[in-house]
Amino acid sequence: MNLKEVIDVIDGELLVDAPVNIDIRNACCSDLMSDVLMFVKPNMLLITGLTNPQSVRTADMAEVPVIVFVRGKYPAAETLALAEELGIAVVLSAYTMFETAGLLYQAGLRGLGKLPIVRQR
Amino acid sequence: MKSRFTLLSLLGGDGGLGKVHELIREIRVGRVMTTALFTVAPDNLMSELKELMREHHISGVPVVENGALAGIVSIEDLIHALEAGKLDSPVRDFMTSGTLIVARANEPVMEAVRRFEATKIGRMPVLDTQDKLVGILTRGDIIEALLSALQEVYSEAERIHERPEYFFQALESDSTSLVLRYHVKHRDFAGGGNASAKIKQALLRIGASPLLARRVAIATYEAEINLIIHTDNGGTITADIKPYEISILAEDRGPGIPDVELACQPGYSTATPEIREMGFGAGMGLVNIKRCTDDMNIWSAVGIGTRLQMVFRVSPEETKRGESSN
Repeated sequence: MNLKEVIDVIDGELLVDAPVNIDIRNACCSDLMSDVLMFVKPNMLLITGLTNPQSVRTADMAEVPVIVFVRGKYPAAETLALAEELGIAVVLSAYTMFETAGLLYQAGLRGLGKLPIVRQR
Repeated sequence: MKSRFTLLSLLGGDGGLGKVHELIREIRVGRVMTTALFTVAPDNLMSELKELMREHHISGVPVVENGALAGIVSIEDLIHALEAGKLDSPVRDFMTSGTLIVARANEPVMEAVRRFEATKIGRMPVLDTQDKLVGILTRGDIIEALLSALQEVYSEAERIHERPEYFFQALESDSTSLVLRYHVKHRDFAGGGNASAKIKQALLRIGASPLLARRVAIATYEAEINLIIHTDNGGTITADIKPYEISILAEDRGPGIPDVELACQPGYSTATPEIREMGFGAGMGLVNIKRCTDDMNIWSAVGIGTRLQMVFRVSPEETKRGESSN
């Protein structure tokens, strides 16, 4: 799926354009950046409600080419400026995280499948 | 006179020039020719040709009649007309016509170079497969293409020299390393990630693979966020980059971790709800750092500070560029 198809599927708004010349096949949803850093693989789509610049920093570290912000939460100017600087595309979805993910899953995007269970305190 | 300098001898050379030779052999005339094309008709006057040449700084113009190439007229022909005082004569009287030497848009530039060498002409009209005039090719066009090919070979050589093995070979010592140091401010969420991003860039620039740069960046980023969230006065991140190993040290002067073992447990966090709102404090930072490193050591004492050392061993395949991650 290319960037344009992602935008079409979720009826999203492109806030930062970037040359994304790859076929996006996987996505992950999280508001916790440590989770993203732990699990995300390069070239995955990041779906998040966390609109501060750290979401863009995280995407940069993890080589995420496109961030989709959900629930129509318009990100701060500094978030968009950092995305522009780092060449990461930003899309705004008016749907909730669940619905945004559902639409993209229905359109063919996949996640990481089952992960090993980690016991927490 | 030693040896005659010709375009051909330059292109046929050995070593690095062999690569240029290869490039020039592959490039087609269509990519090199000038397409902004001025033409004249046989009935145009030589005085009109003179104006056209002067205005556009050109030295040769194809002559087109009924949509087909009828000849070519050059600055030499114009000089002949001037000498004879015949600027009011038509181009037809001075142009070269008959069997013209032309180039084809789809032929290799090398072929055109041979034709330039064999004849002494300065330019060739370029025709497509339907004999339609599509451009003009000069020696200048070829030299430009040659220079850009040379530039390509040169940049490639430069890229190779930026790889760590070359980078480090140039410096002599018993143990050479590159040290990068960054100061991280307490609660500076806006600047969080700067140090990690710079280290990642530096690694990629000196030839680390994307995979290596990524695992170093992720672990360093987690450590950087920890300095921002948990310290009293921020701290420093020091990257010590050796050809075979990268060591990153995150240091601070307090408050220190009371129970390091507990802090390393997945999900354990002392972060405030405010910090969790910013997307951090999930208690996965140290777990994630462990996953990304080959070796991780934490030393901490309450009231003194914490030192986190992260070691990444550089495997031979991790100095290669362009391989895919994970």
